[in-house]
Amino acid sequence: MEHIVIIGNGISGVTAARHIRKNSDKQITIVSAETKYFFSRTALMYVYMGHMKFEHTQPYENWFWDKNNINLKEGYVTQVNTDDKLLSFKDNSTLSYDKLIIATGSKPNKFGWPGEDLKGVLGMYHKQDLENLEIYAPNKEVCKRAVIVGGGLIGIELAEMLRSRDIPVTFLVRESSFWNEVLPAQESEMINKHILEHHIDLRLSTHLKEIKSDENGNVKSVVIEETGEEIPCNVLGLTAGVSPNINFLKDSGIETKKGVLVNRFLETNIKDVYAIGDCAEQNEAIGLRRNIEAIWYTGRMMGETLAQTICGKPREYNPGHWFNSAKFLDIEYQTYGWVFSERNKKKYETYFQWKHSKQNSCITISYDAKTQQFLGINTFGIRMRHEKFNQWLTEKQSIQYVLKHLKDANFDPEFYSLYEKQIIAKFNIENNTQLRVKPKSWKRIFSKI
Amino acid sequence: MKILQQLGLTVFLIALLLFTSSIFTGNFSMKQKDFDAFLTEKNYKSEHFTEALQKAIVTPEPLSIFEFSKRVRQAVADNNAYYNTLIKKYNAEKNWKKKGAQYQYKINGKPHSISFEIAKKAGNGFVKENAGLSWLLTFGLGIVGALLFILPNIILLGKPGIKNNHIYQQSATNRGFMAWLVLVYLVVFYLVLYFMADYLVNWTFMLDPISKALNGGPASQWFVYGFLYCTIMLTMGVRMYIKYRHNKYQIIRTTSVLFFQIVFAFLIPEIMTSLNMPGYDFKNAFPLDYDFFFEWNLKSLTESGGIGIFILVWGIVLTLIIVPVMVYFFGKRWYCSWVCGCGGLAETLGDPYRQHSNKSLSAWKLERWLIHSVLVFSLVMTLVTLYCYFSGTSYFLGIKSQWIKDTYSFLIGAWFAGVIGTGFYPIFGNRVWCRFGCPLAAYLGLVQRFKSRFRITTNGGQCISCGNCSTYCEQGIDVRAYAQKGENIVRSSCVGCGICSAVCPRGVLKLENGPEEGRINPTEILLGNDVDLMQLVNKK
Repeated sequence: MEHIVIIGNGISGVTAARHIRKNSDKQITIVSAETKYFFSRTALMYVYMGHMKFEHTQPYENWFWDKNNINLKEGYVTQVNTDDKLLSFKDNSTLSYDKLIIATGSKPNKFGWPGEDLKGVLGMYHKQDLENLEIYAPNKEVCKRAVIVGGGLIGIELAEMLRSRDIPVTFLVRESSFWNEVLPAQESEMINKHILEHHIDLRLSTHLKEIKSDENGNVKSVVIEETGEEIPCNVLGLTAGVSPNINFLKDSGIETKKGVLVNRFLETNIKDVYAIGDCAEQNEAIGLRRNIEAIWYTGRMMGETLAQTICGKPREYNPGHWFNSAKFLDIEYQTYGWVFSERNKKKYETYFQWKHSKQNSCITISYDAKTQQFLGINTFGIRMRHEKFNQWLTEKQSIQYVLKHLKDANFDPEFYSLYEKQIIAKFNIENNTQLRVKPKSWKRIFSKI
Repeated sequence: MKILQQLGLTVFLIALLLFTSSIFTGNFSMKQKDFDAFLTEKNYKSEHFTEALQKAIVTPEPLSIFEFSKRVRQAVADNNAYYNTLIKKYNAEKNWKKKGAQYQYKINGKPHSISFEIAKKAGNGFVKENAGLSWLLTFGLGIVGALLFILPNIILLGKPGIKNNHIYQQSATNRGFMAWLVLVYLVVFYLVLYFMADYLVNWTFMLDPISKALNGGPASQWFVYGFLYCTIMLTMGVRMYIKYRHNKYQIIRTTSVLFFQIVFAFLIPEIMTSLNMPGYDFKNAFPLDYDFFFEWNLKSLTESGGIGIFILVWGIVLTLIIVPVMVYFFGKRWYCSWVCGCGGLAETLGDPYRQHSNKSLSAWKLERWLIHSVLVFSLVMTLVTLYCYFSGTSYFLGIKSQWIKDTYSFLIGAWFAGVIGTGFYPIFGNRVWCRFGCPLAAYLGLVQRFKSRFRITTNGGQCISCGNCSTYCEQGIDVRAYAQKGENIVRSSCVGCGICSAVCPRGVLKLENGPEEGRINPTEILLGNDVDLMQLVNKK
């Protein structure tokens, strides 16, 4: 029986395993050095904050793997021998495979800062990072201040985590406004304000110069490049992005750049070796997507696709319309289609923006100035229906159509105040139009293209 | 602010201590005059009993409620033993006439209830003489303390939003020592309330003035329970308002359960009683209201004229028509988390414990066996009762009507719904009764699963499998198992509390009522992937 070995038990690898099992009775082994059982990486923060226990982050009960005949092997792969189809492990054991799926995910970026390997310097990615955080920042007495470097999604989550234990946090962000290479200014500025409201010491346009050590090899302070200011701290979070976790492939002959290079079938240059998830790098970009997408959803989609190929129904990886979501402290964020920040805006791209006067709710809709085609939406503090926007993007609807039918897309809990009228009124004033909001229609919501 | 909370907690604990220790106060020895008046009123036939009772409780020495209760129960037991011996004797002698004559001398009723009745008249002491002050020192102080503990959260919790910080790091909410302490207190409370109510007679004295104002009579242990229930729900309702102040669904839902508990379950029945009508909770539907078809209730209703008949018809219409029709349109949530008293307590007092429900597959299996068994049990009991009521017999299908009623009342009514249902909150979560035991929930659940417009919609492919929804589902539904597959959640046990939707960090879940078509949507491949692939896989 064909033996499928998957390195990495994150969302990509596990999704692949599940779908292979659904479609075949191939022998499946998932290898992981991090944990025996699959857990949701995105939920680690809630364990530190006390919302959940670690076991709650595991989507499947422990008997699930046995029942579905999926072998779990704990071990660290040191070498991949693609000639003999053999994996070598740190403990000198080996494992042979017929088909290999590399799904090893990411590791936090380090940029060669002096002192970046000191004790108390950590990323927020692996389960081991969570364990380290419990050692170095169990409370505000042990950790008198924490500094976080890197203003992305993980950075703000780490800040929220530490604040839940009242630990003072200084947040160093390279950009002039939080995440503004991705978010339009309206949203980025709203998040800046919200960060300050949570008593996080946000430092924009600030770079890390140096990490200083105490006599025991613990981080003692950081020095800021611009001002030379030295900020004492007991924990330093490095959250300046992630990159593919593929060092172990160095001598394997598998072609890599930043990540493992794959074609649209998620195949590497070597037969029977595939790569999916954060660690995979597309040879050629798909649409407006980046070649490496370290996103939960794309990892899952690649797992779903590759499983079909492995089970004899070759499929190209063909992701649909872009979508993503996040939560910035108390503000939920969803995005459908493409909305680029002012810095990266396409030539044809125009914004329509609305912001609530008091609450932290706002939207940015991108549309083609010439054709009026709807291109994408960022929504903050208002939940929207994925299926609806997916459909509108496929149908290439106009912004006018989208605004008129915005009630169909609202996904907020019942009884919430709705803002479609305000939103469309603003559009009418700005564009001198007479659009009216249509009442919500179940028929339209359920209509398929 | 934290100091204020500490103060509140201290005040609350003092009130709780006073409240609990008030049980041990008072003198229950009876004066001759009062005893004679009591005898005239009760007209006991057994002199054997009245003499023994007089000797036991008409005494100059002070009696605590426990000593008093013991003596009364002893007198009852002695009396009944005495006549049982006589009955046995005459039985052996085949002296049927004399045997039959003895029964009237036996004292019927539960010994603790008889003790309660006399204690209510016999009691003296600080609490009885200072009902108002006692109320202020217990209920009043307790409410003030609890509010002092709760209100600072407006500031301490920070900006509105989901604030579940430290739930799994605190003893009280993480099955620690504090949680077990609360469990023991609650369990003992329920055991005493159900089976040894006379021990709580001092509590009824505190509420006598309020009871008299409402229904014209002195407070019973059930009045105390009802009043306590409302007080706790209101106070913990304030906590809900603060915790979920960003979430309108929670605010409105909490207001609704408070309204139905206070007005429908408490005030209306009390006022009806004061008007010489049978006190009835118009929202309490059979089979949760399991004694609705008991002989005594049918008798009481049919003898109460127009209002009795109205209640009888209403009760039947409520169960057979209103309940299922409403479940069709809104899901069982309209009852379980908007109206029901059990649900109301679970959603207020029980909210801090909601994460303890068991999400394993085996728990789900147990749930289905247990809750449907209770439903069958309640229906069989009612069938037997009704048959016996109309036919005048006392057996049906080989089951004794009185036996099955007593068994149900004891096992399900008292132990399951009360002692386990509420007592086990801190360890097994706040919906143990609603999930595993409530026959009405089972009935509503069947309708919700097979014929309803209600579902929890999963928002395309946005789920990140974080597990907040499953963790905070009080009904132990593994919500994530559905959401991460892009499936809507259609489960008979869902009470629609809306917390899964509230705690979701990515806006994936929405409770809604919509067309039945498309309600259950199995999707193998999640939205966001290759459209052809989705179609290909889902077509099979």
